[in-house]
Amino acid sequence: MFAGEGDAVDAVVIESLEPLVAGLRAEGYAVVGPVVRERVIRFEEVESADRLARGWTDVQEPGRYRLAEGDAEMVFSFAASPDSAKPYTQPPRQTLLRMRGEHIEEAGQDAPRVALLGLRACDLAAIAVQDRVFLGGRHPDPAYLRRRRALLLIAVNCAVPGGTCFCVSMHTGPKATTGFDLALTELAAPHRFVVETGGERGERIVAALPHRPATAGDLDAAAEVSRGAAERMGRHVDTEGIQERLSAHDSPRWAQVGARCLTCANCTMVCPTCFCSTVEDTTSFTDGTAERIERWDSCFTLGFSEVGGAPVRGSNAGRYRQWLTHKFSTWIDQFGMSGCVGCGRCITWCPVGIDVTEELANLP
Amino acid sequence: MIGGPHPMTPAPYRVRSRRPDRADTVTLTLEPVRGACPPFEPGQFTMLYAPGVGEIPVSISGRAGSGGYTQTIRAVGAVSAALCGKRPGDVVGLRGPYGQGWSLHAAAGLDVVVAAGGLGLAPLRPVVRALLRHRPGYGRISVIAGSRAPGLLLYSADLACWAGQGADVRVTVDHPDHAWRGPVGLVTDLIDRIVFEPRRTCAFVCGPEAMMCRTAAELVRRGVAPGRVELSLERNMKCAVARCGHCQLGPLFVCEDGPVLRYDRAAPMLAVPEL
Repeated sequence: MFAGEGDAVDAVVIESLEPLVAGLRAEGYAVVGPVVRERVIRFEEVESADRLARGWTDVQEPGRYRLAEGDAEMVFSFAASPDSAKPYTQPPRQTLLRMRGEHIEEAGQDAPRVALLGLRACDLAAIAVQDRVFLGGRHPDPAYLRRRRALLLIAVNCAVPGGTCFCVSMHTGPKATTGFDLALTELAAPHRFVVETGGERGERIVAALPHRPATAGDLDAAAEVSRGAAERMGRHVDTEGIQERLSAHDSPRWAQVGARCLTCANCTMVCPTCFCSTVEDTTSFTDGTAERIERWDSCFTLGFSEVGGAPVRGSNAGRYRQWLTHKFSTWIDQFGMSGCVGCGRCITWCPVGIDVTEELANLP
Repeated sequence: MIGGPHPMTPAPYRVRSRRPDRADTVTLTLEPVRGACPPFEPGQFTMLYAPGVGEIPVSISGRAGSGGYTQTIRAVGAVSAALCGKRPGDVVGLRGPYGQGWSLHAAAGLDVVVAAGGLGLAPLRPVVRALLRHRPGYGRISVIAGSRAPGLLLYSADLACWAGQGADVRVTVDHPDHAWRGPVGLVTDLIDRIVFEPRRTCAFVCGPEAMMCRTAAELVRRGVAPGRVELSLERNMKCAVARCGHCQLGPLFVCEDGPVLRYDRAAPMLAVPEL
């Protein structure tokens, strides 16, 4: 059973994140949270809560990301980082196996304990999508399951959605309702966090922290944070009839967006659900051991669809259509859920500012 | 409960024998180093791993008497060339079999047309053998095969043998040599030369995509139900377990939902450029 599948218990209030970070580290977790690096919020391992990106906010628009000074007291006043939980569920590079002679050895048996601190509701929804992809099919991945079980998920309810966010349209946020061990709502004046637990593991962690029961006032203030965030969504997608609209394979819109798209694959790299991968093969010069390494791949690369020396999707338009159609339509056919969680990362990190919400709105 | 090996971990298989079929094509017989080789359905494929070089999907063209798979490989890239270069005693990785095979059960009592272009004969070979093993269970059995040149014809001994076992076997070539006395042209042209009752016929077609589409369209034009024509599609199958994304065709993962698909399902998707 994963986090968030148990019964909820009453919320509590904590005043500092330091005991949480210290407590998790004492339990052997690497705590990974948002920090400022090269003027971007990135997720990295932190030794203490002091390292977190307190006092910063961000401005996100199509093709644009800027860090700005925010409320000096607040720790989570920014929207989605280019990093999601994906590197921890599906590592960007992982060794699959080694083979020497007739001996084949599987790699990736280790699954270090990692506490992800500061995930958003969209990130949790993306993890649920990846669970379905890697565990829900005919060939479930035991290495994914090991990594997944070793992850502790600490969500933060968004207070300040980004300019490219549309989780409300995709029904994934802004409030985290499931799939977490702990969910925090950060409140000001006085600075504090309302903490909800999503299962036994979260309860044990909270029990060991200095805390007090949440009052009705705390809970009202927390609810107001999520309500306000929902009202300030940067963008919107109309999902009604979306599969039908995306079956317009011959729409002239594809050529127009294809002319703008650089096929750089940024959108697929920052997407928290894009799961496509490829394998690299190597042989050791010293002892002849062959190794297979699985790494992230992207449907925007020319070689992705190659058959018999030629790509099936040779044009930018064809590759963009594949990505958008897969994400919002055929994903539903394949996995019974949308591949988009509305985090807006693909819009922000597109170097030419292609906006999926605009592309979808412009389809017939 | 999820456990056991990773879905992309192969098992070691030893090359038991190697038969060169053409200058660039060999048939390997592969046997598991340990244990038995899992059963397969005609039309399924395995992922063959040349250690250190890479992995490719290869159709199973038969089961060897000794309990292995026979698989025919054409050297077109680094991995297939490495596999073609394997010698008896060498060890490769193998996982599978994977994918949906031919609907042999749906052919019971019907005329059957088996149409192959080039290496497309490889996944059809076990179909023909299965049909001929239960010869009375079917109507007329026709095998039509196309090859670029007479010297490039695959499985010529098998073709002769099938003709002797009650199949109408016809072969055409694109480029005849002086000795060739048979038809010249497309596989589709051979449809004129065989006898079948279109409304009581099913067809299994494998070859280059254009050849499959042409053949299927011609059979349908003559009255064969589109749902009774099956094609074996080729897409970039890298993982074979619907997790790498490369082989997608619309909503399908060709590795898992295919490679064999009914023509009525495949045709609308194949008609969309770059889908």
